[in-house]
Amino acid sequence: MRWFWYASPQTFFPLAGRLARWSAAAAVVLMLVGLYIGFFVAPTDAQQGEAYRIIFIHVPAAWMSMFIYVVMAFWAAVGLALNTRLSGMMAAALAPTGALFTFIALWTGALWGRPTWGTYWVWGDARLMSELILLFLYFGVMALRAAIDDPRRADRAAAVLAIVGVVNIPIIYYSVQWWNTLHQGASVSLTAAPKMAATMLTGMLIMALAFWMYSIAVTLMRVRCIIRERGVA
Amino acid sequence: MTDFLAMGGYAWYVWGSYGVTFACLAIEVFLLWRRSRETEA
Repeated sequence: MRWFWYASPQTFFPLAGRLARWSAAAAVVLMLVGLYIGFFVAPTDAQQGEAYRIIFIHVPAAWMSMFIYVVMAFWAAVGLALNTRLSGMMAAALAPTGALFTFIALWTGALWGRPTWGTYWVWGDARLMSELILLFLYFGVMALRAAIDDPRRADRAAAVLAIVGVVNIPIIYYSVQWWNTLHQGASVSLTAAPKMAATMLTGMLIMALAFWMYSIAVTLMRVRCIIRERGVA
Repeated sequence: MTDFLAMGGYAWYVWGSYGVTFACLAIEVFLLWRRSRETEA
């Protein structure tokens, strides 16, 4: 791969189109498989009954909301450090999809909280608050970029905000350990055995992969629009 | 089938989650499709 060749928007444009098509196809297939496992293979939970099936979208969406933010901040930092045009466009293309997954994580969390905790929402809960702040950070980054006419200056301003906001990511992730929250601890970690049935875990991981592929597809579609709109391809 | 849709009494929570999630994804894809058509022209 000639990485620097593809760092130019003009040469990246057709590659992004091909990658977007393949990722979109993979996302559709993985979602169908994930939903099939989630609804027809995974057993009913002994404690939560069928309500737990929200896990197959809630956890992958929450992961994506944090992961997309880190990737966005990474591209923002690359753009600031190297002054490459495509980096700012990638950061701009990631923000709406990140915000969308943050909203989905909050929405599905509320609908899961009601039957399990007895409430849709708790003000002041560390996990819920830090995820809500993440949504506002995405909105802030998007609004700041939209408020500045010159796209390169807008990219730089949005980049600074995006990079500062990264401190919120470990706060979200560790909030369940650092504070007393209603939210349960991590069900999956790299260091301990998963606390759920194998089919549940499989379904969740396949849905996570599906959301990954979806995010890649829409981000590349959006970066193509941005490249065109800025008149570089 | 009715049993499946009832989700053991949790229909609103489960289908409310899945419905809104996939509606969001569909809207994003539609908006992007429209935007890419506008920028091509």
